Parts: sequence; structure tokens; C-alpha cells
Amino acid sequence: MHAPPSLARTVDEIPTWQEVVETLLLRGGYNTTWVMIGTTLLGIAAGIIGVFALLRKRALVADALSHATLPGIALAFIVGTMLGVQSKSLPVLLLGAALSGVLGVVAIQALHRHPRVREDSAIAIVLSGFFGAGIVLLSVVQSMRSGSQGGLARFIYGQTAAMRHEDAIVMSVIAGLALVASLGLLKEFALVAFNEGFARVTGWPVTLIDIVMMGLIVLGVVAGLQAVGLILVVAMLIIPAASARFWTDRLRLLVLISAVIGGLCGYAGSATSALLPRKPAGSVIVLCGGALFFLSMLVAPRRGVLASIMRRIALRFRIARDHLLEQLHDLEQRDGRGTVIACRALADAMRERGWMGLQTRVFLGLLRLRGLIERRNGGVGLSERGRAIGARVARNHALWERYLIEYADIAPSHVDWTVDRVEHVLRDDVVRELERAIARTEAAR
Amino acid sequence: MSDVRGASLLSAHPEHSAESPLSIHAMTVAYRRRPVLWDVDYDAPAGALVAIVGPNGAGKSTLIKACLGLVAMASGRVAFWGRPLREVRGRIGYVPQRESVDWEFPVSALDVVCMGRYRKIGWFRPVSRAHKEVARACLARVGMEEYASRQISQLSGGQQQRVFLARALAQEADLYFMDEPFAGVDAATERAIIEVLRELRSAGRTVICVHHDLATAREYFDHVMLLNMRVVAAGPVEEVLTAENLRKTYGGRLTLLSEVSEAVARGEGG
Repeated sequence: MHAPPSLARTVDEIPTWQEVVETLLLRGGYNTTWVMIGTTLLGIAAGIIGVFALLRKRALVADALSHATLPGIALAFIVGTMLGVQSKSLPVLLLGAALSGVLGVVAIQALHRHPRVREDSAIAIVLSGFFGAGIVLLSVVQSMRSGSQGGLARFIYGQTAAMRHEDAIVMSVIAGLALVASLGLLKEFALVAFNEGFARVTGWPVTLIDIVMMGLIVLGVVAGLQAVGLILVVAMLIIPAASARFWTDRLRLLVLISAVIGGLCGYAGSATSALLPRKPAGSVIVLCGGALFFLSMLVAPRRGVLASIMRRIALRFRIARDHLLEQLHDLEQRDGRGTVIACRALADAMRERGWMGLQTRVFLGLLRLRGLIERRNGGVGLSERGRAIGARVARNHALWERYLIEYADIAPSHVDWTVDRVEHVLRDDVVRELERAIARTEAAR
Repeated sequence: MSDVRGASLLSAHPEHSAESPLSIHAMTVAYRRRPVLWDVDYDAPAGALVAIVGPNGAGKSTLIKACLGLVAMASGRVAFWGRPLREVRGRIGYVPQRESVDWEFPVSALDVVCMGRYRKIGWFRPVSRAHKEVARACLARVGMEEYASRQISQLSGGQQQRVFLARALAQEADLYFMDEPFAGVDAATERAIIEVLRELRSAGRTVICVHHDLATAREYFDHVMLLNMRVVAAGPVEEVLTAENLRKTYGGRLTLLSEVSEAVARGEGG
């Protein structure tokens, strides 16, 4: 274990491998283990709740809510001290936090109802107003003589090290509640978040469902206050859900992935803070989430940045391939089978389409590798497979051009430009429909 | 005193008929202080396709939203088969405007159609296989069965509209409200929708559509309500769509006037 922290020491000792392994395997001591379990469960719960906060577009409201807890915490402390209750008692403080958080949400709605106040302004006003009130109340607390006010600052930045196993149990209960409620009400939440009007017309109590959803968000925020602090707690709700959105289009999977990401963040963050107690655990948890978000954004299949770059390259390649094959096809129609384009002419043509020399060479190499073109007499000509594709592209092209002229009321002078882009994304079934449509037109004449 | 006035006002209007699927009675709706609908009275005929037609901002969407309780009425009453909305919700289907939802939502076409079954499924329970089969059959009726598992953002605008229509069919309602179902759809979707509307009519259902296209109103619908803040005229298409009524509805707006006269000329010619 670590030596007790002293003010003189500002740098963490580097933990040994043994310490690292023991902590990760939840053998880092009684308190550490409980804190890690609690924080992981908190991450899971926040991940699940966050999905609905995100889908209902409540991310900013959740942020305002978390900031609005501060005056409640300070007031609960003041009132508790005056009434002689154990003023550091966690349930009292969290109750105060929840109440003033809810009050903040109600204030947003009340402000928003006024036609001159837009929702984003209402959120900003409540967030800063409540937080300011909280800071003032904290200074009142500091001037009180009880002398035990130091504990309140931990709710602003979070401090996992201050957590005890009772706190972890509270978090576990909240996580369990969130799990049961969101799985039980998955379809109701989805309906209200997707299409509120339809939900109302079909007789669902939208307001009640919304209140339950908001209640879960309040629970998640309040549970996260101790670990992450009120400034950053919204990240635990939103980042896992936003990251998960890159990986799936299915709601159930979204909930699952978000829960896993949230749990990972909680686990990694609390382990780090157990090993390096001078690093603020809340920020580490949020940074883990940020890293996972960035990773998801980058590498997720289909929706990720890399995937979309790859898609763009593939489309560019396909368009160029279709152009070349169609061009060769037209040449063969005119000059007979086996006609070639000279390499130099081809390179020039490609340059006009914005391809550099090296790119053109790679492109031609790939086409040859796929057996679409062949090198013949100092030029490039169609292979048997390339010929079939070229013919198909030319046919698509003609159909599409015809369709635009016949149906879409586009001036014929504009058609070529449009064709060059769109024809390459036509699917086979669309083509069949076009053929039938054109056949009908011709039959009608 | 106010009671007396209210009673005399009410007695000026016919009582709600229990046969009419929708009776609107002295409906007035105001946004802030500006009235959007003024004293609307209407009885929809059972088993008909009804179009609500009027210029932009005439209150067409507001009318059906007020009927469905989505917009508060400043005054008035709405009855369905002579009963209040809360008693008959299960018999009412709704197709909202396509733009009213976020199509990036992580659900498939089939999931959306299943939402039409949620009321029958009830709280907490997941969607059973039997309900999914009903939903799938509704997708087939609008020609979308092959897109069942497609994420909704991957559908074209017309296909999204058909998914909404399928969801309303899944409600198995007797009275349908549709908010601009033909707005911005492709020809295939327009055919699919009109096909479904005719099926509904032959099954004795009533459909009330907000419709913006005068030219097709005559062809697709049996009854028309011409609306511009107040009801200008309502009844069978051929009686209502007269040049005089259209002028009263659309006023002297130049661009619309040509469209209107064109529609009238086409209608009277054919």
C-alpha cells in the first residue's frame, strides 16, 4: 500500500507491476476493491441511462442538472449543521443535491415555456445561475465555525479516494435500478424519444415516462457526484452512449455497448486512481471515456472516420474504373474488338480527372490484378470480364440519362454532368425498374 | 351569466352525431394570441377519404393535431363516434409529418412499424413474435417488406413515409389522421399510398388527410374540407371544389391563383 499522502509529495510514486496486477484483479485492499466495484457499476448504469439522455436530446439538460446540484449540497450541509444532524452525512447531502438538481430542470422548463427564451439560453442561465449560487453558499459554509466544511469541495471535482464501501453499495443499488428500469421500459423510452406525438396519440402517458427518464438521469448524476464531481459527471452519461452510437444502429446493442464502455471507464479510472492517488480519479475516468470515444469515431465500421475515408476512396476508384471500362467499350463498338488506348493518352485523361501519375499507375495495376484490363501493343485494352462490365456500365449510363430526360424534368443540357456522378451508384434493381419504366413509355407512344 | 351565453351558443350548432367518426364542434385554436383556427365545425362522413385542403399556414396540421389532443384548443369540442378521445384512442391511427422525427434514431423499419402495436402490447412487455408478424405484413402492404431490417436513415424519403403509413396500419384503427402523406414522395410511394387509402376505404375505414395538392385532391379523395383559418366549404369533392370556393380559400394570391384556375379547368374539362 501507499504511504499516507503528505503535502510535500506532489508526484506519485510509480507503482510496481505487482501492485498494478493486484489492483486490476480487485485485490488491492478492502476499500480499493469496493471503490472499484462501485465505480464500475456506476459506469455501467451511467452508460445505460446516457443512451436515453442522448436519444431524448437531453445531454445539455443533464449538464445543467449536475451543476444545479451544488447549491443543494451546500444548503443541505448548512441546514444539517444548524439542525445538529451529522453534517457530513452522505444521504442528506445527496438528497439536497437531487432536490436542487430537479429544481434546476424545472427552472429550465419554466424558462423555456416563455416564448422569448430559447432552450439553449434557458440551459445556460440555469447552469451558471445555480452554480454561482452554489459557490456563494460554499463560501458561507467556509465562514461557518464548524470547521468540517472541507469535504464539500470533493463534490465539485470528485474524489474516489474519499469513497467508502457504503458509498459503493449506494452506487450498486442505483446501477441495479437503472438496469431494471431501462430494460423494462426500453420500448416506452424508445417510443417517446423517437416520436413523442405518436406516443401521445396512442395513449401513452408521455409526461410520466419523461419524468421516469429524467429521474434516472438525476439518480445517475447524484450517484456520480462523489466519484467524478459535478463538473464532469455529465461526461459519464454522454460519452459512452455517444461512442456506442458509432458501433451500431440497433437500440438494444447500443444500450449494451454503452454499458460496457461506461463500465470500462469506471474500472480503468478507479484502478488508476488507486495506483496513483494524486491523480484526480474523476478526470481519469472521463479521459478514458474520451479516448474510447476517439477510438470509436476513428475505427468504427461503417460510421467511423476511417471507414468513411475508405468508402470515399473506393467510390472514387469505382467511378474511375467505370469510366475507363465504358470508354474502352465505346471504342470497341466503334473500332472493333481489341482496340486499345495508348498508355500516355490514358495518363493524360486521368490527369484531367484529377489523378496523379502514381495514383494512375496504382489504379491500372489494381485493374490488371483483377483481370479487367490487359496490356496490349503499348496500350490498355479490355479483358473478357472487363468487356462485360463495360457493356453493363454503358447500358446503365444510357438508361439513367433517359430517365433524367423523361421523368425528372431536368434540362437536357444539364444531364451529362449529373449522369457522370450518379450512374455509378445505381443499383441493379433500380436499373430494372428504369428499364420497365422506359419500356412502358415506349409502348405508350 | 356566462352559462346562459354558452348554452345558447351550443344550441346553435347541431349535436354530435354518434355515427360520424369525427365531429368537430366550434373549435378555436390560438398560438399565443393569434387565432389559427376560428370556430371550426365539421362532421366527417364514415368510410370516406377526406382531404383537408388550404394554403400554407391555413391551420391544416393544427386542425388534426387539435383533434388528437396534441395542440390545446382555446374552445370547442371534438367527438369520435360521439365519444371523447380518451375512450376511443385504440380506434384512431396517426401518420405524423415525416419531418417531425429524427430519422437518425437507432431503429429499423420493422421496429418503427412495431410501435403501432405498442398499445396492444402494453407496459414493460417486449414485442412478441406474433406482433412482429403483423408489423411485417403491414410493411408488405406498402411494398416495403424487403426493407424491414434496414436502419431508417438508410431509407429514401418516400420509403420513410411508407414506413409511417405501415405503422398506422399496424394500429388497426377505424379512423386515420394523416399529415401530408404525399408531401415530397416519389411516384412509387404515391401509388402505394393511394392504393392503401383505397383499401382502407373499401374496408369501411375513414381517412382524414392534410393535402396540399389541389390537382390530385379531386382524383384521390371523396370529400374535401377547404380550410383557411375557418372552414370555407366542406362536402363531396365535386360540390366543394368550385372556382368560387377556391377563390375564397386562397384569396388573390397570384401564384396560387394560376394553380387554382388550372386545377379547376382540368377538373371541369374532364
